Amino acid sequence: MTTTLYTTDHEWLAIDGDVATVGITDYAQSQLGDVVFVELPKVGRSLKKAEAAAVVESVKAASDVYAPVTGDVLETNDALAAEPALVNSDAQGAAWFFKIKIADKSELGGLMDEAAYKAHTA
Amino acid sequence: MLARDDRESLKRTPLYDLHVSLGGKMVPFAGYDMPVQYPAGVLKEHLHTRNQAGLFDVSHMGQIALRPKSGRIEDAARALERLVPQDILAIAPGRQRYAQFTNVDGGLLDDLMVANFGDHLFLVVNAACKEEDEAHLRANLSDTCVIDSLTDRALIALQGPKAESALAKLCAEAPTMKFMDAGPHQVAGLACFVSRSGYTGEDGFEISVPAAAAEHLAKTLLENPDVMPIGLGARDSLRLEAGLCLYGHDIDTATTPVEAALEWSVQKSRRTGGARAGGFPGAEKILAHFDHGASRRRVGLRTEGRAPVREGALLFADSAGGEPIGKVTSGGFGPSLNAPVAMGYVPTGLSALDTKLFAEVRGQRLPLAVAAMPFVKNTYKR
Repeated sequence: MTTTLYTTDHEWLAIDGDVATVGITDYAQSQLGDVVFVELPKVGRSLKKAEAAAVVESVKAASDVYAPVTGDVLETNDALAAEPALVNSDAQGAAWFFKIKIADKSELGGLMDEAAYKAHTA
Repeated sequence: MLARDDRESLKRTPLYDLHVSLGGKMVPFAGYDMPVQYPAGVLKEHLHTRNQAGLFDVSHMGQIALRPKSGRIEDAARALERLVPQDILAIAPGRQRYAQFTNVDGGLLDDLMVANFGDHLFLVVNAACKEEDEAHLRANLSDTCVIDSLTDRALIALQGPKAESALAKLCAEAPTMKFMDAGPHQVAGLACFVSRSGYTGEDGFEISVPAAAAEHLAKTLLENPDVMPIGLGARDSLRLEAGLCLYGHDIDTATTPVEAALEWSVQKSRRTGGARAGGFPGAEKILAHFDHGASRRRVGLRTEGRAPVREGALLFADSAGGEPIGKVTSGGFGPSLNAPVAMGYVPTGLSALDTKLFAEVRGQRLPLAVAAMPFVKNTYKR
């Protein structure tokens, strides 16, 4: 059973036990426009909550993607290197960015559920 | 995010309502509320322009008529030559030329187009500079010319391989025009100024139209299924692939035409030994750069990887250590090349094609190489 949470910076996290799969929201991709490049963190990197973890670039601009929680990177989505446009077509599915081992579950408390995120972007 | 008052202080072009109705995403640009993209998005808009035709609202740019008080066009041409290093006298009636206003240090105050309309010169200048340009013209040329700011006109660019056929339906002479031909023409029965030129590297036209009729003309052109509205985002990626300078970024008051690799735009008649050598602001420095070379040069840059290198990125000669040797002035992703493209300034000794350099991006040095511009072959109808 996974739970999906959201950050004010427009990342989503699908929580499964102590592992979170992280990506950017459909709202975020619609604001960025055509994604042409994604830079992902190295597997094994220790990320602190709110640290710049990945970069997503559209034709016009580069945007940081922040670590929504503290933890080590377990896996990254290699499909994004070959097909950055996946971020536009399936932001909250196939275009996940990385999986992170959640170091401190209490950090999840500050995140939004889907209804709260919808209100945030309304 | 702009405060509401700031948004409301932005100027609107005569096509503002059309942009909004087409779903344009409006952003502030040079004091105007302009569409950065439409629902199709920058990538599709860019490729559509290269493959078919794109319609751009460039009404924010300044349109100025320079009318000789004597009635003799050569007097206006000679007067304008006091402010630009170009041969203006040699522009034949019905022709247009790229030019720059220079300052006393040999830098560039703006770049512009100058057309000979027979009895007067027609100038198109950058939006962000138009008030200063007009003041500059008034301060220096009022003895010989009436400087007439044409604020009641819009400017529409139609660019791409289908631009000619799209415009031909409304202007029978359009197909007979060659690259940089310019003059008054009827378009859809409207008194327009048409030039065969643009800012994309593609064949195409720029159409100055009375403001009151601009929306009608734009809508008529957009009825053609080949023509799609294009925002500022794709305008920038198109001009970058074409290797064209963006004023305030690739050229400014600190760059001479030689440093900017714009030697081609300064005719021999204005250079050392020419019939009317010098006689423009900063001539001493600019001609010295022609005669002895400049220490730095604007070059094209291509990366090996897919990470775009953007404006402001520092350039280095080596993969680690050392001081920066230059800076990227424009950079992004080139949709037609499906790869990053950039331009910037490097020491002349490192400006040869294929010179290997590094750009610092997010703390890492990415390899890149000096590359020929335009990055995408232009398709002008000469």
